[in-house]
Amino acid sequence: MTKIDDLKTPHFPSWCPGCGNLNIWSSFKNAAVQEGWDNGNSAIVAGIGCHGHIVNFMKMNSFEGLHGRALPVATGVKMVNHRLNVFVFTGDGDCFGEGGNHFIHACRRNHDLTVLIHDNTLYALTTGQTSPLSEHGFKTKSTPQGNPDEPFNPLALAIISGATFVARAYAGDMPKLTEIIVAANKHKGLSLIDILQPCVTFNKVCTHGYYRENTYYLEPDYDPTNKQKALDRAFEFGEKKIPLGIFYKSDKPSYEEQIPQIKDKPLVEMPLERASAVELFKKYT
Amino acid sequence: MSKSEIISVKIGAEAGQGVKSAGLMLAKLAIRSGYHIYNQIEYPSLIKGGHNVLQVNISKDEVTAPRRVNDILIALNQDTVNKHFSEFSADSALIFESDSKIDTSKVPPNVALLGIPLSKIAKESGNSDLLINTVALGAVTAVLGGNLVILNELIAEEFGNKGEEIVKANALVAEQGFKHITENYKKFIKGFLVPSDSVSNFVPHMAVDGNESVALGAIASGLQFAAIYPMSPISNILAVLAENQEKFGYIYKQPEDELSAINMAIGASYAGVRAMTATSGGGFSLMSEGFGLAGMTETPLVIIEGMRPGPATGLPTWSDQGDLQMILNAHQGDFPRIVLAAGDAKEAFELTMQAFNLADKYQTPIVLIIDKNICENTQSYPLLDFSGYKIDRGKFSTQIIKEYQRYELTPDGISQRTIPGSGNFFIANSDEHDQVGYSNEDAETRTRMMEKRMTKLKVCKEQDMKKPKLYGPESADITILSWGSNKGTMLQALKGLDDVNYVHINWMSPFPTEALEEMLSGAKFILNIECNYTGQMARLIRENTKIKISESLLRYDGRQFYPEEIIDAVNNIRSKK
Repeated sequence: MTKIDDLKTPHFPSWCPGCGNLNIWSSFKNAAVQEGWDNGNSAIVAGIGCHGHIVNFMKMNSFEGLHGRALPVATGVKMVNHRLNVFVFTGDGDCFGEGGNHFIHACRRNHDLTVLIHDNTLYALTTGQTSPLSEHGFKTKSTPQGNPDEPFNPLALAIISGATFVARAYAGDMPKLTEIIVAANKHKGLSLIDILQPCVTFNKVCTHGYYRENTYYLEPDYDPTNKQKALDRAFEFGEKKIPLGIFYKSDKPSYEEQIPQIKDKPLVEMPLERASAVELFKKYT
Repeated sequence: MSKSEIISVKIGAEAGQGVKSAGLMLAKLAIRSGYHIYNQIEYPSLIKGGHNVLQVNISKDEVTAPRRVNDILIALNQDTVNKHFSEFSADSALIFESDSKIDTSKVPPNVALLGIPLSKIAKESGNSDLLINTVALGAVTAVLGGNLVILNELIAEEFGNKGEEIVKANALVAEQGFKHITENYKKFIKGFLVPSDSVSNFVPHMAVDGNESVALGAIASGLQFAAIYPMSPISNILAVLAENQEKFGYIYKQPEDELSAINMAIGASYAGVRAMTATSGGGFSLMSEGFGLAGMTETPLVIIEGMRPGPATGLPTWSDQGDLQMILNAHQGDFPRIVLAAGDAKEAFELTMQAFNLADKYQTPIVLIIDKNICENTQSYPLLDFSGYKIDRGKFSTQIIKEYQRYELTPDGISQRTIPGSGNFFIANSDEHDQVGYSNEDAETRTRMMEKRMTKLKVCKEQDMKKPKLYGPESADITILSWGSNKGTMLQALKGLDDVNYVHINWMSPFPTEALEEMLSGAKFILNIECNYTGQMARLIRENTKIKISESLLRYDGRQFYPEEIIDAVNNIRSKK
């Protein structure tokens, strides 16, 4: 049993008041309490950006890596200890800028990870530059004339790259975000949650008000197993037209389920012994 | 033949004609007949075509380097004759395809010309043009006075998994090649490879290259996770690891790039297993980011760096020693890095095993430097021995620890390590951090943490660092200083030199300052030999010691030093003195 106080650290979040990261932090803690995630069964890997500070505010074993490299660290953790719930906290710049290559390959291999994208459509920790998810024309410190680049579509990219659980959530709706985090973790395979997370300091477009106004949940009878439909819906965006919820779900085996060496138990639980390599020597005689 | 005599056989062909496999079979034939071998392979970065050569050096005594001359040249194409006609020894022979129009006019008149219809034999007896390397192997076995029965054993082992037909065809053409010599060129047969007196008291030997010995060393050390992106010259490390992973229960993963390779290995190590990666200079450039991450988070990690000539893509299939200073300096800021360099495949085996223990003990990245010559040249050794090896995981526990602090300040700088899932809380943090791992930018904390990490290097110097090795007489007229694969060349050269000794350096960081100064305190003339442009080892010595190097012999053409060149260099110095 995890209690909310078990997750408390001596450090209170340093994010700006009203920052969407606070909602993600609370929702994740609620999910942890609900599911019993703790230092005996879970690990967090975070990247660099405002999101990465989360490791200091949650008493759950974590690795804060380098900018863009959270996914490879997390895949290493998961491959050798697949009994751990492995959560990856990453930002839109971290995951799709510096870490873009790792993202498509982690999706392709379908590692059993839960990836939470803190998507504020810009670089906040470096005080407001454009990110790979910024809208075309978006004005930032690095694009004062307006962003000339088109953004990635993170959901579509995840679906076509092979991720098997693809969802979008809005940080401000904490009960729903909690629910999606739990569902993502239960899914076996790469689960991506693109979390719309308003940056109250540097983003005057994608605000809480904007998202409250323009988001809606996919219909109750929406079928997330239809890949083509999921792609169609992933491209739906605009005023009153930002869908939230689970876009895509597929039952393909995860990477870790396919490795014979860890069929019975995780590598880390096997005794570390000097291997008798002598039998390999014959080949060289 | 005398004990120190070496017979050198060079096989040349286009890539894809089986030079490597023929050379390996000849090497195994030699070790099974009671001889030592050293195989040197040279080839361009191509899969088909180009010019591939392999020199098999065979001796009753240990042989550790290639030779500048050949006693037998096997030319499967014209290029081999054109490029190597000036390398014949005094009493030598050329085996070549007699049916094609190979022009032998440039070959010196004293060389025996042993033309053999290689393709004809391959096609008629073996039904395949692909078997000409086996015909040549049969022929050279005959010229060397080798045993056809042993060759047939090797053929059965080598081709067994390809089916009975293939084994038969190869055995048949080998026999035909063998017969062609005994029937047509009897007087050129040397009684050299006869498995006679020496074989019965010859301890079992194995022929391995450094890639293989690193992989074997890693497996023997209890390797649990390896992420390696392919790159010449280390790609065969991953091939050996990938092949044996299910049998030995570890995981090998090919990642999307070297950034991922090192971060995956760091993730695996943080989660509690023995992890490694391997690459060459270009890949290490990418890894330099993760290198410091392992240092900062105090995550054990073994990195193998197989050098090839840079910069950029450089000479992908040739050798160099130009990455030393990069490895010693890569990454922003200071962190404790332990850097070792092996001199041959056997040292690579032993240092790989030691690297895993050092990584666990000091909770920091260990780089083992090798080079292309070590990676891909094959040498015979008594069966590699790991019976004395003990796995030491250092301060490591999976139990619940009261008031646990991952980065607790300790006198030796090493803190208790646990793993995620153990119930203990900690943050492996790339930001500067306090003893728990929480991000912390306080000046006092930063100072203590930097000192804690760097203390580990001092402790390593006291407890684990080895002195350089001295070969040859205690005191000598000229002392050669070198490292890496030059070792084999120096040892071979010493056999032909009087009053010369050799100091071989394995530890680059921490550096054996005092030991080296003491060893060289009485040296009369120090000749530093390296394969790079700026003398990177000499720079390291200048940085760390008061030693004055008298002269440097440097090369940066990708080629290996021949012992003959070292002897020439020494004679040259003596003539000037």
